[in-house]
Amino acid sequence: MRVYLDANASEPLYPAARAAAVAALEGVGNPSSVHADGRAARRQLEDAREAVARRFAVTAAQVVFTSGGTEADALAIHALGRGRRVIVGATEHDAVRAAAPGAAILPVDGNGVADLDALAALLREGPALVCLMLANNETGTLQPVREAAAMVHAAGGCLHVDAAQAAGRMLIDFAALGADSMAISGHKLGGPQGVGALVLNLALAPVALIAGGGQERGWRGGTQALPAIAGLGAAMGERPADHSALRDRIERDAVAAGAVVIGVGAPRLCNTICLGLPGVASQTQVMALDLAGIAVSAGAACSSGKVARSHVLDAMGQGGLAGEAIRVSLPWNITGAEVDFFLHAYQSLARRLSRRAA
Amino acid sequence: MRVVVAMSGGVDSSVVAGLLHEQGHEVIGVTLQLYDHGAAVGRKGACCAGQDIHDARRVADRLGIAHYVIDAQQRFQDAVIRPFADSYAAGETPVPCISCNQSVKFTDLVRLAADLGAERLATGHYVRRIDGPEGAELHRAVDTTRDQSWFLFATTRDQLAACLFPLGGYASKAAVRAEAARLGLEVAAKPDSQDICFVPQGSYADVVAKLRPDAMLPGDIVTADGIKIGRHEGIARYTIGQGKRLGPAGQEGSQRRVVTRLESGTRRVVVGSADIGSRNILLRDVNWLVSPGERRCTVKLRSGEAPRAASIGGSGDAIEVQLDLPGRAAPGQACVFYADDRVLGGGFIRAAPQIG
Repeated sequence: MRVYLDANASEPLYPAARAAAVAALEGVGNPSSVHADGRAARRQLEDAREAVARRFAVTAAQVVFTSGGTEADALAIHALGRGRRVIVGATEHDAVRAAAPGAAILPVDGNGVADLDALAALLREGPALVCLMLANNETGTLQPVREAAAMVHAAGGCLHVDAAQAAGRMLIDFAALGADSMAISGHKLGGPQGVGALVLNLALAPVALIAGGGQERGWRGGTQALPAIAGLGAAMGERPADHSALRDRIERDAVAAGAVVIGVGAPRLCNTICLGLPGVASQTQVMALDLAGIAVSAGAACSSGKVARSHVLDAMGQGGLAGEAIRVSLPWNITGAEVDFFLHAYQSLARRLSRRAA
Repeated sequence: MRVVVAMSGGVDSSVVAGLLHEQGHEVIGVTLQLYDHGAAVGRKGACCAGQDIHDARRVADRLGIAHYVIDAQQRFQDAVIRPFADSYAAGETPVPCISCNQSVKFTDLVRLAADLGAERLATGHYVRRIDGPEGAELHRAVDTTRDQSWFLFATTRDQLAACLFPLGGYASKAAVRAEAARLGLEVAAKPDSQDICFVPQGSYADVVAKLRPDAMLPGDIVTADGIKIGRHEGIARYTIGQGKRLGPAGQEGSQRRVVTRLESGTRRVVVGSADIGSRNILLRDVNWLVSPGERRCTVKLRSGEAPRAASIGGSGDAIEVQLDLPGRAAPGQACVFYADDRVLGGGFIRAAPQIG
C-alpha cells in the first residue's frame, strides 16, 4: 500500500483535469493560427483562461499563462520590481527568493507570520515591491496579505503574492486580497505539471521575461502549452476540500506520540501539517516512512534529491527542529483509512527512533 | 533481508547493489553528499551534487530499488576535512579516507541502516568479512592490488558485525567490471575515482591553506643539528621521507636528503640522510579487532606496501610497535596489524618525541 501525503509537492491530478488535458492533446492546431484548427485551439485556451479568471473573480484579460509557479513569480518580480526596492518574506519559496537576490528580508514570528511592524519600518525607507506568500509550503501558515497590501499601497509600493499553495485549497478573491499580482501553479491545485499563471492588476503594462512572438498579450512569448493549460482550467472548477477534521486528528495523535506541531498558533491551510520529532533527523523520518509506504517530505526538495535544512523553520526561530521536521500535506483525495495507515506508521517510528535518540 | 548499500555512483558500489538485489535482498541505496561538488571543482553554478550522485540514482533506477541522497556536508566538514587540515598543520600526514570510514560511513551509515530497519550495511570496499568463532573478522581482499583493509582498520567489531563487503572475494577489478556489464549497469566502464575525493582538482595544499593558513607559513629547512640550510613555503607541503620541494637543501654532496621530522611549533622542516628509518613506532587511538595484547605479527605503514615483521607491545593507548627492520613512519598515517590476511587492529602513528 502506498499513501501519498505530499500534496504540497504535487497534488494528484483531478479526473476532470486529466480528461481536459487528454482531449487537448488529441487536437491539432496552434492557438495563434487563423484557420479553423487554430481557432479551435484558441477557444480551448480562452475557455481555460476564463475558468481561471472566474475562480479568482477577475477578468480573463488579467490572466497570463506561464510554465509554472516559479516562472509566474519570476515574471512578477521582473515586471513589478523594475526600479523598485524589493522586500521578501523570510519564509518565501525559492521561486521568489532566487528571483529577488538582493531583497530586504521581512521577518516572521514563531508561527511564521510576517511581522507587520517590521514591514512598516521597512516601508518607511521608501516604496517597494513586497513579496508575501499567501500560504507557506512547509507549514501552511497564512500571511496577513490584506493588511500588508494596504500598508504597501499606502507607501506607494506594490505587492506580489505567491499563492501556489493556497490557490487550490481555499477560495481567493483577487480584488479583495488587494495584491497587484498573484502566482499560481497548476500541479499544486490538481492540474498538470508544467503550467501556472500570473494573475495581474489590469493597470500594468506588459513586461516579458521571454518576448518571443508576443503571446499572452505581450507578457509571455512562446506557443501556449495547451494540454496543460486545459487541465489547469478544468482543475479550477473543483471546490477546495475541507481537511480540517483529518488535520486535527493527525496533529492530536502525532503530539501524543511525541511530536511538536510547528506553526500551530497561526491560521493555516487545512491540508498542511509540519511535525517536528525531537532527536530524529528529518531525512531518517522521510526515508523510514517511505519504506513503510508513505510519501511525505522535509524542507524544500532540492533538485539533487537530498533533504536540505529548512530556511522556513530557521526563519521561524525553530532552528532546533529545522533538521527534525517533516511536512505532511493531504491531497484532495485523502481518505480516513490512509490517515490511519500514516498515524500507525508514524507512531511506531516515533516509538522506535525517539527512544534511540534519547 | 533489508540491506542498505552505500552507493558512491562508482562501479564498485553499483555492483554491490546489483548483486544483493539479484540475490533477492531488499536493497536500499544511500548516497552521501559529502561536499559541494560545484565549489570543489571551482565551477560557479555547477550542481551541488555532481555527476556521481546522478550516476548512483540512475543505477538505483535501473535496478528498481529505493535510493536516497543524504546531506552529510557538515558532518564531513567536521569529521574529515577540518581534521585533515588540522593534522597537516600539526606536522602530520593524515589519511582522510580513514577518518571518513570511521565517522560518516561506518558510524553514521551503520546507525542509519539500523534506523531504517536494515540488518546490514553493504559497501564496495575490497575487503573480506569472514565469520569466525568469535564473530566477524576483517580480512584482506583476494585481489591484493585492490585491498582496502588498511583503510578500514578503525572499524569497530560492532560495526564490522553489521557490514557486508561483497567485493572482497573478487579476483580483480576486471571481474567486478564484468559483473557490472552483466548486470546491465551503465557505470561498468566508468573510470576509477582518484585520490582524495574532496580535492578533485588542484592540490590538497589549497584545501589546507584555506582552513589552516598557518600551515602554509614559510619556515626554515634545518639539519638534525639545527643548522639552517634552506627555506620552505609551509610544513603542510611536506611529509616524512619526502625528497621533493627541498631545493638545494635536498642534496648533500652526492647524498640525497629527505624530510625526517616536521615541527609545527617552530615551523621547521628537519632533513637528514635518505636511508635512516626508525624501528620504534608509537601509536594512538588503537582499535583492536582481536583481544588486545602483545604479539608478533606483520604491520603495514602504508596501504600499498608489503607487510613488515614486527612486535606489538605496550597496552591501552600506549601501544608501541617494534619493526624488525627500520622503516619510515609518518605521523598521522596508520600502522595496521595483520596475521596473514586478517586485520588484527591498528592505530595512528604518533610523532616521535622531539629531540633538543
